[in-house]
Amino acid sequence: MTGNRIARVLLVIIFIGLIATPVVIKRISARRQIDRSAADAATSLARYGFHLQEVSHAAGINFVHQAPALDPKLEPIMPEVASMGASVSIVDFDGDGWPDIYVVNSAIGSKNALYRNMHDGTFKDVAPEMGIADVNQPGTGVSTGAVWGDYDNDGYEDLFLIKWGRPELYHNDHGHGFTRVSEQAGLPRWINANTAIWLDYDGDGLLDLFVGGYYAEDIDLWHLTTTRIMPDSFEYAKNGGRKYLFHNLGNGKFEEVSAKVGIDSHRWALAASAADLRGTGHPDLFVANDYGVSELYFNDGKQFHEVGKQTGIGFAPKSGMNAAFGDILNQGQYAVYVSNISEEGVLIQGNNLWMPKPGTSGDAIQYENLARDFGVELGGWSFGAQFGDLNNDGTLDLYLANGYISLDRNRSYWYDFSKVAGGNSSIIGDATNWPAFDGRSLSGYQNKRVWLNDGAGKFIDVAQAVGVADTYDGRAVALADLWNRGVLDVVVANQKGPVLVYKNTVSPDNAWIEFELEGTASNRSAIGAKVILYWNGQEQAQEVSGGTGFAAQNDRRLHFGMGKTPKIEKAVIRWPSGKVQTIDLPAPNQLHKIKEPA
Amino acid sequence: MSRTTESIAPASTPVQRKPLISLDNRYIAPAFITCILLVGHLSFGILESYPKTLLAIVTSIALELVLGRIFLHKWLHPASAYISGISVGILVRSPAYWPYVVCAAISIMSKYVLRVKGRHIWNPSNFGISVMLFLAADTVASLSIQWGNYLLPMLVIWVLGSVIIARLHRFHITGIYVASFLAFAFLRSWITGSPWQSEVAPITGPMYQLFIFFMITDPKTTVRSRRGQCMVVFLVALLEMVLRLRQVVYAPFYALFIVGPAAMLVEIWLDSRRENSAKAVAA
Repeated sequence: MTGNRIARVLLVIIFIGLIATPVVIKRISARRQIDRSAADAATSLARYGFHLQEVSHAAGINFVHQAPALDPKLEPIMPEVASMGASVSIVDFDGDGWPDIYVVNSAIGSKNALYRNMHDGTFKDVAPEMGIADVNQPGTGVSTGAVWGDYDNDGYEDLFLIKWGRPELYHNDHGHGFTRVSEQAGLPRWINANTAIWLDYDGDGLLDLFVGGYYAEDIDLWHLTTTRIMPDSFEYAKNGGRKYLFHNLGNGKFEEVSAKVGIDSHRWALAASAADLRGTGHPDLFVANDYGVSELYFNDGKQFHEVGKQTGIGFAPKSGMNAAFGDILNQGQYAVYVSNISEEGVLIQGNNLWMPKPGTSGDAIQYENLARDFGVELGGWSFGAQFGDLNNDGTLDLYLANGYISLDRNRSYWYDFSKVAGGNSSIIGDATNWPAFDGRSLSGYQNKRVWLNDGAGKFIDVAQAVGVADTYDGRAVALADLWNRGVLDVVVANQKGPVLVYKNTVSPDNAWIEFELEGTASNRSAIGAKVILYWNGQEQAQEVSGGTGFAAQNDRRLHFGMGKTPKIEKAVIRWPSGKVQTIDLPAPNQLHKIKEPA
Repeated sequence: MSRTTESIAPASTPVQRKPLISLDNRYIAPAFITCILLVGHLSFGILESYPKTLLAIVTSIALELVLGRIFLHKWLHPASAYISGISVGILVRSPAYWPYVVCAAISIMSKYVLRVKGRHIWNPSNFGISVMLFLAADTVASLSIQWGNYLLPMLVIWVLGSVIIARLHRFHITGIYVASFLAFAFLRSWITGSPWQSEVAPITGPMYQLFIFFMITDPKTTVRSRRGQCMVVFLVALLEMVLRLRQVVYAPFYALFIVGPAAMLVEIWLDSRRENSAKAVAA
């Protein structure tokens, strides 16, 4: 053989090898998945340290979400334009020490539900008697979410109802009922929003409210004057709803200050969350946008500065549907998880796990997307996600809801979707240019993800193995220790589907600790307070949130798992007022109720 | 989409006036695609990331140089490989890095492996991207979104592209394809009942701009006769329509993947028959 011929043979072999590479990678990945197929409770407990059992019916929760029926002009693509609304938030509305559950409905005339925790494993819907059930009346729009915060510091969590329609603020009358105070508070007539969060952006001890619009606020989705309501680009749209920041004036009134403080965006916001990312004592604001880049606003206590590009997160436009913070490496720094769309053969955006770049912090903090490296990149058409230590091993895991539109299993809308998504703004922006859905699915019937954190930079999906087998169109996820057992249970709101309650059973070998904070100089809900727990030579930071994930709010109580026989050193609490409180040697396996010291 | 820039001049060269400002033809296509990349990225951030695009470009050029040296015994001009790399960098959408390397490598290597009678028959980046879309669908997608919200950038690219492709005497290929696509779009709309705007929508996107100006006009992988080129590109549009009726998302890539080499094989076979006839007559 001549040298040239040998080289040619080698070239052919390498060429074939390269072509085979994707197939080989796929097979290796599939083989790994087989090992994590469905297992019984005992096996999943032994293998992963926890097991989730869906108990909604047994717990007395039989809520099925209803989607809105919008203007008939949108009928051909109704499944898509009415594809969101399911939401869940956790609140102890009556202050009895047991988490309650609020879920919203999205059809005109449908009722929201407030499930009071009956302390015996069951819940009872008390929304009608509390006055927050019949909130989707004709002419007022429909609910798409809810967040709770004690805006008047009276010790009871008040309700802000997110709507495609008239936004509503309900004052909590000491757990005995709710009074609608929207007009007195100065809320606008109409917002088409999917996200809102409570935060005290200026540290004055009063909770402020951020609301992110999705559809433009001048659109009444039930009475359209134009069908040009769709995004004008699949990845660069800026014709969405405006953003609002309602500054709490302390007298039951709010002043809208977004323009004054530097928030000016018409991107299509789907999720927002706030946390102190730079150690300034002020909550920074992260907004995940559909049809575009995410936005990150640094907050100096008076002004917000959009630093998406500067920090690296505002570069590649995707379909942001979630914003959740988690100290996943126990380093005292938060990662930000943003969900996007991945559909094999059509669109692989991949979810984003924004990790602080090593060596960067403060105003110079930089983020890099390590979702692939950590194994949390592909989750189908992903929606709500939350970090929480599901097996109390000391590291934060990640629960992801997904699935967009589940109709005919055998017919997909993806081809038509991709066709229009590539079109010019003059085409994509008009709903009448979109082909009819005609009963087809779009990324429907998807398997959920329960990613278990190994603490060393890898997450593995164990959903099937630990008992999460539903394929509803998941939207919002909320975590709470529903029955005060020292474990995080999972509540999932599904679009046009049932609310699911996954009761968690965790290996008793693993220790835990919980903190319930109450502000005095800080806002009483303690939203924005950060607890850093030090044990076994490591630390984990968590922050009380006024709304996180997608259309969701976790319990305000902070839950830490610590693994086997932990040596706890201390817990440091950084209150929004600036006070720093240290609790030495807090006892494990119990809830610590901490009031901000004077 | 890689094109062999040395042979970018038309097969039959008409008498031409010397332009006032002259740019070597082999730099025109690289300059144009770089222009598209920069405008697209600086305006709208179209790239997945700089490193990924750079990875594809470096892989393409490095392989071209090495393989050219080994098999052709010369250092090849990197313009063609540059276009391949930049095309892969723009058209491949993946959160992972490896598809950019593998796709660029497959594209360039296909020129050296898949040859018939000394000619490579697949457009290199069409081959690479089609293989990746087909075999790595769980990791790779292609650019299928609009760059920005405005008509102006799109019009600039269309006008600039048309002028450049006309200068290279290949506008008839682009023109026939666009006309065929539009005709078939209305036919599809009539057949499926979808709004005609949705059928026309894809061609308004940047993926098609690259496909139309770079991929289907590649001199090395198109047949030589003008009539043949028109016929082939019409058949590409026709097969694309059939695939679209079957709801194949990447119909244009697959249509060219099938029709392009088939046309080349027919031409090679006809050339061979002609040579044999000539030899027989001579004998």
